[in-house]
Amino acid sequence: MSFYSIYKKYKNIDLNKLFESRPKDIKKVLMQDNMSFDDFSFLLSVEAEEYLEDMAQKAHRITLQNFGKTIQLYTPIYLSSYCDNKCVYCGFKKDNLIKRRKLSLEEVEKEASFIAATGLAHILVLVGDSREHSPVSYIKECVKVLGKYFASISIEIYALTENEYRQLIDAGVDGLTIYQEVYDEQIYDELHFSGPKKDYIFRLDAPERGAKAGMRTINIGVLLGLNDFRTEAFFLGLHAKYLQDKYTDTEISISVPRIRSYAGSFEAKHSLSDKNLVQMIMAIRLFLPRVGVTVSTRENERLRENLLPFGVTKISAGTTTAVGGHTLDDKEKSSLQFDLLDKRSVADITEMLRRKGYQPVFKDWMKV
Amino acid sequence: MKDVLNIGGREFLNRLLVGTGKFPDKRLVKDVLEAAQTELVTVALRRVDIDSEQENILDYIPKDCLIMSNTSGARNADEAVRIARLAKACGCGNWIKIEVISDNKYLLPDNVETLKATEILTKEGFIVLPYMNPDLTIARQLVEAGAAAVMPLGAPIGSNRGFKTEEIVKIMVKEISVPVIVDAGLGVPSDAAKCMEMGCDAVLVNTAIATANDPVKMAKAFDLAVKAGRMAYISGAGASFEQANASSPLTGFLREEMQVK
Repeated sequence: MSFYSIYKKYKNIDLNKLFESRPKDIKKVLMQDNMSFDDFSFLLSVEAEEYLEDMAQKAHRITLQNFGKTIQLYTPIYLSSYCDNKCVYCGFKKDNLIKRRKLSLEEVEKEASFIAATGLAHILVLVGDSREHSPVSYIKECVKVLGKYFASISIEIYALTENEYRQLIDAGVDGLTIYQEVYDEQIYDELHFSGPKKDYIFRLDAPERGAKAGMRTINIGVLLGLNDFRTEAFFLGLHAKYLQDKYTDTEISISVPRIRSYAGSFEAKHSLSDKNLVQMIMAIRLFLPRVGVTVSTRENERLRENLLPFGVTKISAGTTTAVGGHTLDDKEKSSLQFDLLDKRSVADITEMLRRKGYQPVFKDWMKV
Repeated sequence: MKDVLNIGGREFLNRLLVGTGKFPDKRLVKDVLEAAQTELVTVALRRVDIDSEQENILDYIPKDCLIMSNTSGARNADEAVRIARLAKACGCGNWIKIEVISDNKYLLPDNVETLKATEILTKEGFIVLPYMNPDLTIARQLVEAGAAAVMPLGAPIGSNRGFKTEEIVKIMVKEISVPVIVDAGLGVPSDAAKCMEMGCDAVLVNTAIATANDPVKMAKAFDLAVKAGRMAYISGAGASFEQANASSPLTGFLREEMQVK
């Protein structure tokens, strides 16, 4: 059994209409500790929009209870931008005429040392999907270098086999981030024009392979804007629950990136408002009280700050989406994968969190 | 006579143990520990950053407070043992609270793996305080394995639900020879007082203090409650009855008989 069977069961769900004729009593839904799929879909529905403040109160309460006023900090490190995929929404897609780059191990060390000096101890490794330019063996070597500087190393790379995940865990990786981007199988097929990522099911089962291999944390997500956000949020929540139920010793978290522009811009068909994003985060928090929620620098400063009480547990800081973005000369670094809205340094983000009464958590793991 | 708590050969006057997670500001930890008059504090090694000047939690713990590392993040006995050894190696001493959790949804401990880790670590000279689901048989085995105390949960960790495991813990208090410390789930000071009145040797509180609007004041409140509960236990509370009990309906005839005589 894989999550695919659950997806197939619910794939025709329409949260824009489901509760039109049978609205639920929000007070009753919010009083429960355990929410059914039906309750969760109600929290994501158009009808539930009227009750955002009620949802916010409870979402805040259970976030506080489960995580306290603490926020984990991390930053991505881009190692290579060569890519064999043609994903229509991505700045690194194969046919995009951009400046590409792959870091040597010396350059990785230089970037690592620069980032570590900001105080960050959790790092997220990114490479493009190219088994030629950035094979698992290359990532393994880079991870060994990064291990000297960071307490926790996660990867956000192309989907691997269980055995490959195990190899990276042995090299020092403890976390896996992999987004389905869009759960709707047909839209997925249309947007992933060609390349290894076109295999929907291999991608869908990647988090599960990571869990089987022994990843400590698994972060899944959807790229918001590619499809109706209610449907996508529903499947994201179900996928997180599926993993949480089946791999009880793995920490499951979710990300909610909204699509950002890049060189050779892509127009998102299903753009969503801040209000939609807030509803989505809160619905997932209420459905899955223990799940982690990551908000990246794709969102602007003000929104990121305002989202904190609703369930956010992890944010990035001091971010660049260019390969070598921290230490290479402008001439040397790659083009950006996408533009950022929050360009604040680690020190600024730390200061902001303290001002808002949150403890910035730099280190929350060590290699054992 | 002084009322001392003896754990692993060391004497404590204060019976409120405090955890250091979830605080909105690390700097608060120092004030909280002072307000609670805590002598034994637990710190998750995963969050200790020895090299950081500002971010090392150990710098916020008063010098006279004993630090007990915990193995938060361990998913099995093997990981707990490795974390304990790391803690010792980085100068955090040999007091260890074993926390083995393979269930991320409810954060309930794994008693079987906890027992395995206890057996290994006590042999290596650690003072071991295992966090556990209340269970008399496992508690006895933990004592047999050399645990310095046992730490049954009062309710799921972080839940602030109060002392829900009372009936089982009551039996443990009666039967277990080492200190019984209720760890996790206590939400308000009266929960802590209840544990102490019943004869528990100490309580460990974290979330209820860390997530209060005023953690320092809440720490003080827990301190007072623990002291009040302990004092009540030592005083020997009067028996309580379910109904008013002025006459003796069943044995009253005996009195009448006596009067006739």
